[in-house]
Amino acid sequence: MLNFPRWKVITVVALCVFGILLAVPNVISRENVTWLPDWFPQRHLTLGLDLQGGSHLLMEVDVDSVFDARLEALVDGVRTEFRAAEIGYIELGVAGDAVQVKLRDPADAERARPILTELGLGMTLDIADDGTARMAFTDAEIARLKRDAIQRSIEIVRRRIDETGTREPTIQRQGDERILIQLPGVKDPERIKDLIGQTAKMDFRFIDMSLSPEQAEAGGLPPTAELLPSLQTNESGEPERWYVVNKRIIVSGENLTDAQATFQQNQPVVSFRFDSVGGKRFADATSQNIGKLFAIVLDGKVISAPVIQSAILGGSGIIEGGNMTVESANDLALLLRAGALPAPLTVLEERTVGADLGADSIAAGTEACLIGLALVIVMMVVLYGFFGIIANVALILNGILLLGLLSALEATLTLPGIAGIALTLGMAVDANVLIFERIREEMRNGRGPLSAVDSGYREAMSTIIDANLTTLISTLILFMFGSGPVKGFAVTLSLGIITSVFTAVVVSRMIVGLWLRRTRPQTLPL
Amino acid sequence: MFRPLRIFPEEPKFDFMKYHRIFAGISIVMIVASILLIGFKGLNFGIDFSGGILMEVRAPQAADIAQMRDDIADLGLGEIQLQEFGEPQDVLIRMQRQEGSEAEQAAAVAAVKEALGDEYEYRRTEFVGPKVGDELIVDAIWAMVLAIGGIMLYIWFRYEWQFAINAIVALIHDCLTTVGLFALLGLDFNLTTVAAVLTIAGYSVNDTVVIYDRIRTEMRRYKKMSMPDLLNLSLNRTLSRTVNTSGLTLLSVIALLIFGGDVLRNFSIALTWGMVIGVYSTIYVATPLLLYMNLRGVAARMAREAEAVPDTRP
Repeated sequence: MLNFPRWKVITVVALCVFGILLAVPNVISRENVTWLPDWFPQRHLTLGLDLQGGSHLLMEVDVDSVFDARLEALVDGVRTEFRAAEIGYIELGVAGDAVQVKLRDPADAERARPILTELGLGMTLDIADDGTARMAFTDAEIARLKRDAIQRSIEIVRRRIDETGTREPTIQRQGDERILIQLPGVKDPERIKDLIGQTAKMDFRFIDMSLSPEQAEAGGLPPTAELLPSLQTNESGEPERWYVVNKRIIVSGENLTDAQATFQQNQPVVSFRFDSVGGKRFADATSQNIGKLFAIVLDGKVISAPVIQSAILGGSGIIEGGNMTVESANDLALLLRAGALPAPLTVLEERTVGADLGADSIAAGTEACLIGLALVIVMMVVLYGFFGIIANVALILNGILLLGLLSALEATLTLPGIAGIALTLGMAVDANVLIFERIREEMRNGRGPLSAVDSGYREAMSTIIDANLTTLISTLILFMFGSGPVKGFAVTLSLGIITSVFTAVVVSRMIVGLWLRRTRPQTLPL
Repeated sequence: MFRPLRIFPEEPKFDFMKYHRIFAGISIVMIVASILLIGFKGLNFGIDFSGGILMEVRAPQAADIAQMRDDIADLGLGEIQLQEFGEPQDVLIRMQRQEGSEAEQAAAVAAVKEALGDEYEYRRTEFVGPKVGDELIVDAIWAMVLAIGGIMLYIWFRYEWQFAINAIVALIHDCLTTVGLFALLGLDFNLTTVAAVLTIAGYSVNDTVVIYDRIRTEMRRYKKMSMPDLLNLSLNRTLSRTVNTSGLTLLSVIALLIFGGDVLRNFSIALTWGMVIGVYSTIYVATPLLLYMNLRGVAARMAREAEAVPDTRP
């Protein structure tokens, strides 16, 4: 079996050359890669966040709040519509995951039914004989709301991150309610986390001037208003003051078309522009309420509460106050441009690595790999002489092919991944050690060089396959269950096992075979 | 051309089986000790599993940990651990998960940064919430179970069940003592440690498979040889390979341990232990156990099969 037909030799050599070409871009800097001809592979190894520095954020979309908001809106809708249709009701409210209302007169059921059906699109409607109506989400509606919430969240998160100028962010959906965000090379992850974490739901509402916040706190709060803190805080972190704000929204942030940070009298402010619907509504509301206060509310906090001096007809305005700095004005403008999240996001997991630590890790990992490689190479020559040199050629080729394969597959190299490479280098020679020991044994049994080498390779084969497959099984399972860096380890180790079997068995066998044919030695230097 | 170095004589004749009872005792002690350590001392779970906040900071010069602890202690962030991490200026700060929402976690990180000041470099910040922590535990357990199950299936498919059971006993022996070592030394047990343990599982079986292959071959060849002699013969004939391969792999793992940096330190410790214990368990757990597995019956069946398909080897 040591005679290799020419096509076999050519195939193996071609595979090796191809693998080497795939690895070449890694020794050329990214800028210079563009000089390579188009047909030449140009992919670099993709470095994991633990190596290049950056942030990994796993966020959860609070879907329940979407349901709650929908139910609350439905309650408001029922109140308004029943009043308009003059249907008497009591006990209107959210009960668990449904909206419930009791008709004063059960005979109104037939009048109420079309109203409720239209309001509660995608909901079930039951009206009991005693006049109790109950509306709950259907399963399809729950699924739709969830899907919708996460899709919109991803869209908004992407817009916000793009606005910050982050290079190559990865934003993807994970499971039913989660978003995975990877931000390579981010210097200030706190700011981005801050930006992503805000719902940024802004609206304009009137201040209820019929009572003071103190009175409201004492229990006089009408159902149409709520008590909101100011965004501005005093030294101890408490809100500067409280406002009684109408629940009814004049114009909401959805009607904004643009927002920019700018200056007014040397103070940073945010200027904004409404779309035509918002502009008209705002104009109407302000012209009828001159002298009153309105509040600009962001995520349940009042940014400012200016007096309406005159009707605001131009469809644009500015937001000031709230101790705005240049940076916070920029961020607020960014958030308003990108739009509000449909639901709050919470950070489930965060891993941030500084670029320095990443660079140190690369340096340490590379050093360990090279030193390990050097030690293995020396020991192979000491233990197996000439055959050790052949195994070393296969080993180095293995390293290069592995790099090439990792680059071509755009696999992410992580720090444990580098450890996987180091480990592969040690394990890669195992196949050759098995074969060489076997050849030695065959020689002891009195076989000649050719026959000893031939049966050495043949006999060791099933053992090599068994041994590598068991390792492959555990790495594949690691790949399925591991996350981030650990997955990187599984990738390099399993690819390394595959390339090592190729180089240690196919390539080394061919080199040995060609050498034997050429020199026809009487004894083997083993 | 020079002659390569031979560590062992052409055909070594160590009587491994003579001491197998003593080593069986040692193995049992190690396993029991590991279980007791894991059960009573417990594992020092990293934030991957226990949840919480981890920060790696670098001081401008050698860090004064006592001073840092004082600076942070008043923040009211609950129990905080500080430890030197590799270099004298590097410190690892670990906090428990803060009560309340995510904002509380970010506030805790910000508070620590403010208390320590700007001269520190913040190299790494990790936060794992309880939900994710629980999921990671479940994932890790599944990975372990599936890996062991997968390997067991493969061995069972390739060998007789006696071999499969022993290989798994050896594998569990290796993994359990590795985890036990982590309990003993109080090393951080996290996701990378699980990766290391799974690698050890694969490697342990890799080593065992090589010997088992040989034992099967020799069983066919020497049908009359007593079992202990046969096992000794097989171990001796593969000894050179066992020592050389493990030695070479150990070299690269030790390079990783010494030069691979602090982030990989615990991972490398696990792997180093795994390489050594893997060889030990192959020789003194997986192989001697075959003595108690009535391989005679298996041998007889294999002999019949061998007659049906004549062995063409000389």
